[in-house]
Amino acid sequence: MSQTASQARVEATLEGDLLQVRVGGDWQIMEDRPLWSEALGGGQPVRARIVADGLGAWDSSLAMYIQEARVWASAHGSELAIDGMPDGVLKLVDLLAQKPGRPTGRAAGLPDPFTPVGLATVTLWREIKDIAQLVGESAYSMGRFFRGQAQFRWRDCLSEMQQCGAMGLPIVGLISFLVGVTMAYTGSLVVRQYGGDIWLADMVGLAVVREMGPMMAAVVLAGRTGAAFAATLGNMKANEEIDALQTLGVSPVDFLVMPRMTALFFMMPLLALYSDCMGMLGGMAIAAAPPMNIPPSLYWAETKTIVDLSDINTGLLKAATFGLLIGLAGCLRGLQADRSAAGVGEAATRAVVTSILLIVITDAVYAVIFNVLGW
Amino acid sequence: MSAPGKTNPPASGFAIEVEGIECRYGDRVVLEGVSFAVKRGEIFFIIGGSGCGKSTLLRNIVGLNQPPKGAVRYFGRDFTHAGTAERKALLRTFGVLYQSGALWSSMTVRENVALPLELYTGLSRRERDELVGLKLAQVGLSGYEDYYPAEISGGMKKRAGLARALALDPAVVFFDEPSAGLDPITSLKLDDLIRQVRDTLGTTIVVVSHELASIFGIADRVIMLDRDVRGIIAEGDPRTLEQKTGDVRVREFLNRRLEPVGQEKGAPA
Repeated sequence: MSQTASQARVEATLEGDLLQVRVGGDWQIMEDRPLWSEALGGGQPVRARIVADGLGAWDSSLAMYIQEARVWASAHGSELAIDGMPDGVLKLVDLLAQKPGRPTGRAAGLPDPFTPVGLATVTLWREIKDIAQLVGESAYSMGRFFRGQAQFRWRDCLSEMQQCGAMGLPIVGLISFLVGVTMAYTGSLVVRQYGGDIWLADMVGLAVVREMGPMMAAVVLAGRTGAAFAATLGNMKANEEIDALQTLGVSPVDFLVMPRMTALFFMMPLLALYSDCMGMLGGMAIAAAPPMNIPPSLYWAETKTIVDLSDINTGLLKAATFGLLIGLAGCLRGLQADRSAAGVGEAATRAVVTSILLIVITDAVYAVIFNVLGW
Repeated sequence: MSAPGKTNPPASGFAIEVEGIECRYGDRVVLEGVSFAVKRGEIFFIIGGSGCGKSTLLRNIVGLNQPPKGAVRYFGRDFTHAGTAERKALLRTFGVLYQSGALWSSMTVRENVALPLELYTGLSRRERDELVGLKLAQVGLSGYEDYYPAEISGGMKKRAGLARALALDPAVVFFDEPSAGLDPITSLKLDDLIRQVRDTLGTTIVVVSHELASIFGIADRVIMLDRDVRGIIAEGDPRTLEQKTGDVRVREFLNRRLEPVGQEKGAPA
């Protein structure tokens, strides 16, 4: 026969200078419970006594109530007696009353402005060392590769090429096309003012081939492939798979990093070329539409007057460099990943951010170099 | 195994010698001045409570961490201070079974076991497949060649990992907490397998573990590490160790019972 749960109840009666408090019913933490202050009712008795009377099920909520009473009693110098309570309740109350144990060594409080700056500087220095180390190991690895001594498996490299190159075509194509469209549309607003509609072809062609083609392909690949490398390597690290390679005498850089960097090095220029075409197609689409109505053949002829082989080559050189950087950043973040669930996700994020940062910086450097060289 | 060179000390009877090793976990010194030796063909356990440095010690012995002080020798040949070529040669003399098997998740069981063969032997594909079949049969995993690690159970992953560790017929095999996550019967079967490997191949076995059942089941000799001492507090046959040692920590560990008088007030594990 089930008992209907009865509410926690408290009956407080004042008998002279003694406050008698009868506690009964079911005390559950998820239900409302009486407060000690209610039992006091504004008075400050010299003595108080809590006694169990028809007490049903109880849990921590009862212990908290009694603890409230104790705190009051010691604050006001009153005597408190507790009678008839089950042993378990008193044990819980004792635990509640205990001061916290030895300090955990974590200071609370607001951070000062200097500590984060210091920590960030130390972290930045460590970052630079880590990147330099991976670059160095990759260089050694490449040396071994050309001497035929690397533990490099072509099947891994080809598999990555398919993943990042072939399977990236739809998204790279779409994004490049749309970027071409947007650039052409915005550009048309300007050139039409001067009656120079046709020069839209020159503008879009040059911008896409020199900058936007390689850049868009790189950014897409940073998100797709850079993050994938980081997640894969991060997971492997958490699962001790990288340790297993090392104790077998296999260099993780040879076996994991080099195939990936090589794959990107070959695929990025191809993707950049493809991205160039899609970008120019986007421009062509806007030009062919009203109000400009430039026929595609005319658009194409005009593009060829300004875009030449050196423009395409600089774009491809950039693309190959971007590919190496994405591979480097992705693998580095993966190998640095924390051995936790959040760690792998964080590694993927950092891979994308680092890749894009390196890409943009390198792009600026190349702009200066090409300007100086006259390419 | 080639004979040690003239500059090395003469070949000792020991498979592994660890001398005065210091192990760190980050900046913290976990073990200091630890020395012990493992005899050829014995089943040697490294035991101790949580945080005593067993796994760190293992990492230092197999070369995943470089110990700041001390040396590790395999069959008399220095491993800690060896050059790249010698180090690589010595790596091939031992195999490691990691706690979760550490199978390479993008490869099938066959490819996992075959990789050491692919890298270090000139065997043809057909010969490699034959050997893979043999190794899997040795560990009782025949028929699972084409499964991926994600498709097999934890116990099977460990067996596959063991097959991989045995691929090059190493002289020593290390086990990092082999019973972790296994039910008692699977753990017993794995212990039997370990003993079988030693009995049939004469392999030296080193196990890091805190499973009493395994310790009393198959260990020939143990060393017990302690977090506070940062070193070895007991060494010998586990079955007689309890009587020999007066150390209460050793007794408590081996009997799985806290002793009421003079209970240690250590930090909670």
